[in-house]
Amino acid sequence: MATNSASFNSSDGKVVAVRHFPKDGRPPITVKNLTMAYGTFVLMTDINFTVNHGDIFIIMGGSGSGKSTLLRHMLGLNEPAKGEIWYGDFNFTKADVIQREAMLRHFGVLYQSGALWSSMTLAENVGLPLGEFTDLSDQEIREVASLKLALVGLKGFEGYYPSQISGGMQKRAGLARAIALDPEILFFDEPSAGLDPISSRLLDDLILELRDNLGATIVVVTHELASIFAIGNNSVFLDAESRTMIAHGDPKELLKNCSDHRVRTFLTRGGEDGQTEKSTRDHG
Amino acid sequence: MQAHQQTQRSNELSFARADNSTLLVRLSGDWHLRHGLPAPELIEKQLDAAPKSARITFDAAQLKDWDSGLLTFLLLVSEACHKRKVQVDWTPLPEGVQALIRLAETVPEKTGARHEASHSSFLVEVGREALSYAKGLDDFLRFLGEVTISFAKLTVGKARFRRVDLMVVIQDCGAEAFGIVTMVTFLVGTILAFMGAVQLQQFGATIFVADLVGIAMSRDMGAMMTAIIMAGRTGAAFAAQLGSMKVTQEIDALTTMGVSPLEFLVLPRVLALFLMIPLLAVYADCLGVAGGAFVGATMLHISVGSYIRETAAAVTLGDILGGIFKAAIYGIIIAVAGCLRGFQCGNSSSAVGDAATQAVVSGIVYVIVACGIFAFVFNVIGI
Repeated sequence: MATNSASFNSSDGKVVAVRHFPKDGRPPITVKNLTMAYGTFVLMTDINFTVNHGDIFIIMGGSGSGKSTLLRHMLGLNEPAKGEIWYGDFNFTKADVIQREAMLRHFGVLYQSGALWSSMTLAENVGLPLGEFTDLSDQEIREVASLKLALVGLKGFEGYYPSQISGGMQKRAGLARAIALDPEILFFDEPSAGLDPISSRLLDDLILELRDNLGATIVVVTHELASIFAIGNNSVFLDAESRTMIAHGDPKELLKNCSDHRVRTFLTRGGEDGQTEKSTRDHG
Repeated sequence: MQAHQQTQRSNELSFARADNSTLLVRLSGDWHLRHGLPAPELIEKQLDAAPKSARITFDAAQLKDWDSGLLTFLLLVSEACHKRKVQVDWTPLPEGVQALIRLAETVPEKTGARHEASHSSFLVEVGREALSYAKGLDDFLRFLGEVTISFAKLTVGKARFRRVDLMVVIQDCGAEAFGIVTMVTFLVGTILAFMGAVQLQQFGATIFVADLVGIAMSRDMGAMMTAIIMAGRTGAAFAAQLGSMKVTQEIDALTTMGVSPLEFLVLPRVLALFLMIPLLAVYADCLGVAGGAFVGATMLHISVGSYIRETAAAVTLGDILGGIFKAAIYGIIIAVAGCLRGFQCGNSSSAVGDAATQAVVSGIVYVIVACGIFAFVFNVIGI
């Protein structure tokens, strides 16, 4: 699918050219020496990683390790206490509001709860970014919105409000909205949370389809092992105790080769044979 | 062997010395939560008594039924022993008790996780509250500044929001508020008339009730009563709507799409109240005068025609326009306070309720402060 290369008017009326990510092998996402903090409480320090074109990059770690907070930093919703986040050759951390807004239009975000706008129908939810950032007519917007909803298996639900559909459908509708503008980078925050195993598997398949067919780079925050191994080909592991990242790479490789017991314990759901946690308790 | 016995309803606890360095805790009877727990000081007293114990063990031969009451007590024992570096031997206890204690102690307490209750002095608390109010006012003024910039963008056609959203808010805070505004302002008119009549009747000047009600309503009461109603009705609704959107990450979704939540969500709400409150205030003026006329006609024997003529003679265009101007400012204040509280909302359902409450309180306080400032300024410039 072709990427949008038109220019658009920013909120202050300036014409801002749509930025293309470099296709010369430079990583589309680079996080450099990132420190995340809430006030004086430092959550994580020294986060360094790169995400390559076409990666499905997993941000993993235990509960409270700062996975979603890292995602919020990458989206500009939280400001780093230290360090920088780069998209291609664009320093997102140092950019002003207008430049950031322009960059954000390359992103699609699926939030944990779907975050659909409750006062709008599904078609209006998907159509809003199209109306805001393209020159499509109302009829064309409706057609594109129907297409996007059809891609996530919600054909015929255009006129439904978020409150009228199930949680899994809301998540898929959120995904349709995230891909409305054919983004170059997709962010998913806990996509499997609250879904039954079959819906979760279908969502994983959908993520792979989007990567393969849209050519998007995908960043996923999750701690679902099945999803991590099914879709991830690159990852970072955040550790709450040491307050930093302790592993970076393909999760399947980390499972085979990582020597850090914390990573291995996580990736083996508590132990090589699933008994570590219990046996630790049994032997005090 | 020395023994001390402490009986607590159906559970029984006694202490003995197995040897000079080992304290034996004997547990017997039923240990249930509903029977209460022995005071932890009992065990501490035993541990601190000479000769000091280096080890503690248990005798559970007479222990019958138990639940988490026993576990709670044993964890207190464990904590007391840990502080005194006394070794604990759990092995005489039933297998289930040992397993649950291990489970409770598997993950050590995280450093800094416990929130200790802070006991600040009264003056510190007063100072803290004062600073928090000052910060609240600072936040309000900053937000007002950002809204003003958005308004400026709107005037040159560069602000972005959906016209349909504006229409929905206008309907909600305009037409749908008629009922409550009608009832309250009519009653305010009657109350003002009653109060005036009691005094004016003594001088045989009951006709001046019309002047009193007309001037009061058009200059201040119409706008202020409408503003107070709308702060409770619409300001709270704005805070709850935006607070819920924050909790469900809908505001984040707008931000990460490159759409300004301030323009998309706040501007239509501010604009709607800015336009609707003046209209409602004029309507409130009329209803207040109608309330006064009702009292005049039924209690003071003033004909409706005379009452209206007297009102028309007393109220000037300046009074009405001043009231409209104040109402428009109150509208901005209420909308900004409501939206600000919504944006500041925490990430829980109770935080949404708190945001709605704070929106009403701050909206009404700011309206009354503004009313006082207007009264002073209008007086100084002779309006």
